[in-house]
Amino acid sequence: MQVFKNALQLHSDTLAIREQRSKLIAGNIANASTPEFKARDISFKDAITRAIEEEKPVLKTHSKHFDVQDNNYEVGYRQPVQASEDGNTVEMPVEQVQFSENVTRYQISLSLLNKKINGLMTAIKGE
Amino acid sequence: MIDQIKNVFDIAARSLSAQQVRLNTIASNIANAHTKVGDPKNAYRPLKPIFEAVMTDEQGQDGLATVAVTDVVALNRAPTKIYEPANPAADKDGFVYESPVDQEEELVEMLDASRAYQNNLEVISTMRTLMVRTIDIGK
Repeated sequence: MQVFKNALQLHSDTLAIREQRSKLIAGNIANASTPEFKARDISFKDAITRAIEEEKPVLKTHSKHFDVQDNNYEVGYRQPVQASEDGNTVEMPVEQVQFSENVTRYQISLSLLNKKINGLMTAIKGE
Repeated sequence: MIDQIKNVFDIAARSLSAQQVRLNTIASNIANAHTKVGDPKNAYRPLKPIFEAVMTDEQGQDGLATVAVTDVVALNRAPTKIYEPANPAADKDGFVYESPVDQEEELVEMLDASRAYQNNLEVISTMRTLMVRTIDIGK
């Protein structure tokens, strides 16, 4: 099954990261009018690098140990282009652009994944 | 309540309802913009919702947040004193007290709230389309 993993792993990791990023940006958009809210985001580059390297899970040697978060994303704070008076760092145009870029790149990965699957299917069927 | 926020739809839906509360208070304020009473204590005070970010996990580690209206407060603004002896509601000196609603402020708030509502709606419809496309993968 390694062949399928090799073919599909990267794009499925990408989809997962893109989905997580969509949620974060949706949260930012939801809090556009909340005073003191700080916009969050993840770096796709860092997230995908971590996903590829596949860090080994942290061992739990005691029943009372907490689970180490198994998501590989480090969530940062967005630097505002133009800081607003109420301490909210959500800038709607920025969020809209980031959201649409993220959605477009999600669709790109989806198309590539589809093509990979079709390629594998062609190879399996041998038609 | 917090553990119910599982996906992007929960995040956007809660924001929609928060903006709806905001629009309701604006409607109430505008409707009462010209309400006049004889006693300044009874004058209508503009209502404002208090928005607060709600983190999806207690530690706030995954950074996901939605919004909730924690309270709706009446602004402590002095009502406008108007001399109107002909008004049946006027006090013994002929004064009535009009609600201190700033209509321009309310209109701007209304535009902002409706834009925010639209943005959240757009998020929902985009994510729905993406989900449908993801389900159809490999077809």
